[in-house]
Amino acid sequence: MKISHHFDDATLIAYSSGTLTKGMALLVESHLEMCEHCMEQVQTSNRIGGDLLRQIEPLPMKSGSLDQLLGMLDSVETESLSEIAAPVTSEVPRSLAHYIGDDLDKIEWKTMGLGVQQYDLKLGGIGAARLLRIQPGVSVPHHTHTANELTLILRGSYVDELGRFQVGDVADLDDQLEHQPIVDTQQECICFIATDAPLKFSGIVGKLVQPFIGL
Amino acid sequence: MVKKEESEEAGVNAAAALVEDKKKQIRDEWSACLTSLAETRDKLEFSRLYEYFAPRVKAYIIRFGMSPAAAEELTQESMLSVWRKAHLYNRSKASASTWIFTLARNQCIDRLRREKAVEYELPEEEADPDQRHYGEHAVLEQRMEDAIAKLPEAQAQVLYLSYYEGKSHSEIAEQLGIPLGSVKSRLRLAFSKLKAHWGENSEN
Repeated sequence: MKISHHFDDATLIAYSSGTLTKGMALLVESHLEMCEHCMEQVQTSNRIGGDLLRQIEPLPMKSGSLDQLLGMLDSVETESLSEIAAPVTSEVPRSLAHYIGDDLDKIEWKTMGLGVQQYDLKLGGIGAARLLRIQPGVSVPHHTHTANELTLILRGSYVDELGRFQVGDVADLDDQLEHQPIVDTQQECICFIATDAPLKFSGIVGKLVQPFIGL
Repeated sequence: MVKKEESEEAGVNAAAALVEDKKKQIRDEWSACLTSLAETRDKLEFSRLYEYFAPRVKAYIIRFGMSPAAAEELTQESMLSVWRKAHLYNRSKASASTWIFTLARNQCIDRLRREKAVEYELPEEEADPDQRHYGEHAVLEQRMEDAIAKLPEAQAQVLYLSYYEGKSHSEIAEQLGIPLGSVKSRLRLAFSKLKAHWGENSEN
């Protein structure tokens, strides 16, 4: 898999500092499984946190805290090694498979019309996290974003004003950009989209589609 | 006269190098300690790590917006994870402090998400949280790691608000009264400077 579109550094900082919405953090983790480049970047953004931790003014723990913990150590199990990353074998990254299973064709897609289906992950909290399944040749209406939107391609590809996005690529967009993705091959495109605010569709088609998408 | 200035400058550089060495020593010492904990499962080793990191993790968690009681509890959970996961630690990937930071951060996120899920059902009026930590930045700035301390204040500030106060980019934009794009570009600049600095002076 050759990945040519990565996250904005600012997004990785938000990931490291723990300030992304649940859906966006899940999307970042999914991409990290496939992308060594971003994994390296995250080591740096985590390091900012590590350095700050060493520099912070310590706050004493209650007396007896250490003893309390030492008393528990013998009874806890160590974490199993299964946490260590195994290579990704399915189209669905493991972090995401935890929520949707590992087969994109077994998802209960909801048809929205205009060649688009969606599946809402219903993660709760701020923003939205959903999968979109777009038929070949279909273009998603022109839209801008009130805040941030991350997209990870799981199957197929699309093109928009920024270029061509293929499996593993991420689009990291904010309110500065209005775009209109078009599926550019004979294969359908399935992508995972996470936002921290609703999308705004522009134009008449957008207004028609908006209620169905509810993004 | 010129000579004296030169020798003073050399002195200052040598002192800075010493400080840098000292910091690297501390970093390496804790990374070695955590690595050895994985092998020995030695409680004394764990106690050493605890004495150093638990009060720092607690301070971090409080800044993230937790009550002192919750911070105490989450710190215990984080330190317990250190014990349970020590064998997964790889010092060629991160220093001990970076690794423990990520464990503590994940504990905070899990807890906040659980609490926020409740908050959405019962929105409550609260004192302006933006004012809560006001004035503490000055103290923190003196305690920053060199590389971060060298950043322009505007860039250091957005890093603090992210890492220390757990604010999203949109929240930072609102608090500082600047566009979202400016928050991101400040973070990007800070990130590339830190990377350049750390590139010469690797963590491990």
